[in-house]
Amino acid sequence: MNSVIKGASYVLVHTPDMVVENGSTQTTERIVNPESDYLKQLPKHIRSYEQALGYLPNQTYIGNCTPDELAKVEQPWYDKPCEGKRFGKFGEIMPQEEFYLLMQVCDVFDLMYLEKSFVAAVKPTFEKHPLITPEIVARVHEGVEQEQIEAFVKEEHAEPILHGGKLVGYVKRAHDVDVNLSAHVILENLVSKASSVLSLLHVVHNTGIDKGDVDYVIDCCEEACGDMNQRGGGNFAKAAAEIAGLTGASGCDVRGFCAGPSHAMITAASLVKAGTYRNVIVTAGGCTAKLGMNGKDHVKKDMPVLEDMVGGFSVLVSQNDGISPEINNGICGRHAVGTGSSPQAVISSLVLEPLQKAGLKITDIDRYAVEMQNPDITKPAGAGDVPLANYKMIAALAVKNGDLERAGLNAFVQEHGMAGWAPTQGHIPSGVPYIGFCCEDILAGRVKKAMIIGKGSLFLGRMTNLFDGVSFIIQENSHESEEGGVSEGQVKSLIAKAMRDFALSLGAAGTEESR
Amino acid sequence: MDLENQKRVKEFAEQYGPENVVVILGAAEGEAAGLAAETVTAGDPTFAGPLTGVQLGLSVYHICEDEIKAEVDPDVYDEQISMMEMVLDVDDIKSEMTSIREQYCKY
Repeated sequence: MNSVIKGASYVLVHTPDMVVENGSTQTTERIVNPESDYLKQLPKHIRSYEQALGYLPNQTYIGNCTPDELAKVEQPWYDKPCEGKRFGKFGEIMPQEEFYLLMQVCDVFDLMYLEKSFVAAVKPTFEKHPLITPEIVARVHEGVEQEQIEAFVKEEHAEPILHGGKLVGYVKRAHDVDVNLSAHVILENLVSKASSVLSLLHVVHNTGIDKGDVDYVIDCCEEACGDMNQRGGGNFAKAAAEIAGLTGASGCDVRGFCAGPSHAMITAASLVKAGTYRNVIVTAGGCTAKLGMNGKDHVKKDMPVLEDMVGGFSVLVSQNDGISPEINNGICGRHAVGTGSSPQAVISSLVLEPLQKAGLKITDIDRYAVEMQNPDITKPAGAGDVPLANYKMIAALAVKNGDLERAGLNAFVQEHGMAGWAPTQGHIPSGVPYIGFCCEDILAGRVKKAMIIGKGSLFLGRMTNLFDGVSFIIQENSHESEEGGVSEGQVKSLIAKAMRDFALSLGAAGTEESR
Repeated sequence: MDLENQKRVKEFAEQYGPENVVVILGAAEGEAAGLAAETVTAGDPTFAGPLTGVQLGLSVYHICEDEIKAEVDPDVYDEQISMMEMVLDVDDIKSEMTSIREQYCKY
């Protein structure tokens, strides 16, 4: 029996100081051209928390606006502020200061320190967060003196933690020599872990699952944790599960660049369908390096730097309950080693081939979720509208395959596609942002089948020139349920038996009457 | 253009001689194709990479331009490129590429 998706969570963290301090575009610029105009102009283009809240794609990510509603608003979106709510049905947009406390909570090796008065000012709000448990609050340290922070940043290669441009803490290196445990790497990993923890807390809340019932967690972000003897040893999944209080869970990390989440979803669906685990959460935190990635173009075009959000998401995959949308393990696309790397070969392997095998046409899928990058971010940087380009490719493939008339190309894009709303955090926009809305669309009968597509650029790791990608289908529940319930087949046979019994009893009654 | 790719293009030009190198692009938009073409002819317009101020003047084409299409087996082209050809604004790409070649190409 297919596994089901019980629910999803989506979180964002507004990290204005981290854009400047930790984004790789900015850190590279400081090395190559420390006096550049860009670095001087950048602070004027950083958004406030309120501006980030009132940004429609962000509100869409946490569920306060649907992709269809977003698409109706004319682009660009950054100059059209909307009502900014911190919480949405899928998650929240956390401000930087609270996130720093969550990062410190996630540090179990005494590597991150915050300044005393900063902690005292933020802790009361942090404690009131509806999903932050007393166990989590108990992990918040009192904080240290400003002199200690300054000394570690100056003399010990510690990474500074800034808020509003002021030094409020540091992350120190975890080893004197090992670059894999440098302050820079530890900070990146703590951000990833903390945003994953926040997503986990929300998915537990959204689905109502008992924390003790989660058997397994799969992390699919793009960071690596380990030391010089095992650089990518892992395990972010279990580390985050510990802080989130999932005491019954084990876990592991699944990697595949931006395709990681889709690989992880297929793995989770298979583990549950096989009966290995009952409840598996796929989770990922976000990435500091990608903050302000296209900042130079945004500044040049006199826009706000829109890549100021760290993203996270979690999805709970469980045994079939007879109601929730199913993952169909029978229709999975994969980019194989021999597929080739032209866009046509890639899209054919991910979309056309699995559908053909299942006897379906490209037009039989109601919605496609591709790389859902926000075009507000990518268009000014010359990268175009990424989802739109993907939908055009799928439509062109449908035309080539005879599933669609050429004149219907644009209509197909409108009907089967969506406008992108996710931050450009690599794995975060890759197909998965739609899963939350997809479950709602399917339960409401608006969508019967949706395809989630994840693609990854493996060549960035310099170990292969290959591209990668996998796809899977989410569909209506076939109303078969696992434990305690009865399957559709069983229901049919029960009805048939009842009819037979009824007919027999009628026959018997008739016989009696005729007596 | 990606800094690493700039470095590789520069090295190939040095290794084989710039007159023997043809750069083939696959960019999805005219503007992006034009920027990449400018980088390998007039130098990196963003002043960020190894080709900053280096005027290689290489021959550069987009895969959808007729000169390159004529060089490719039609079956392979249909299998690998025809879908993208349907999606791209090929005329815009052609005009961007022609403009850059006319200005900066040395071979």
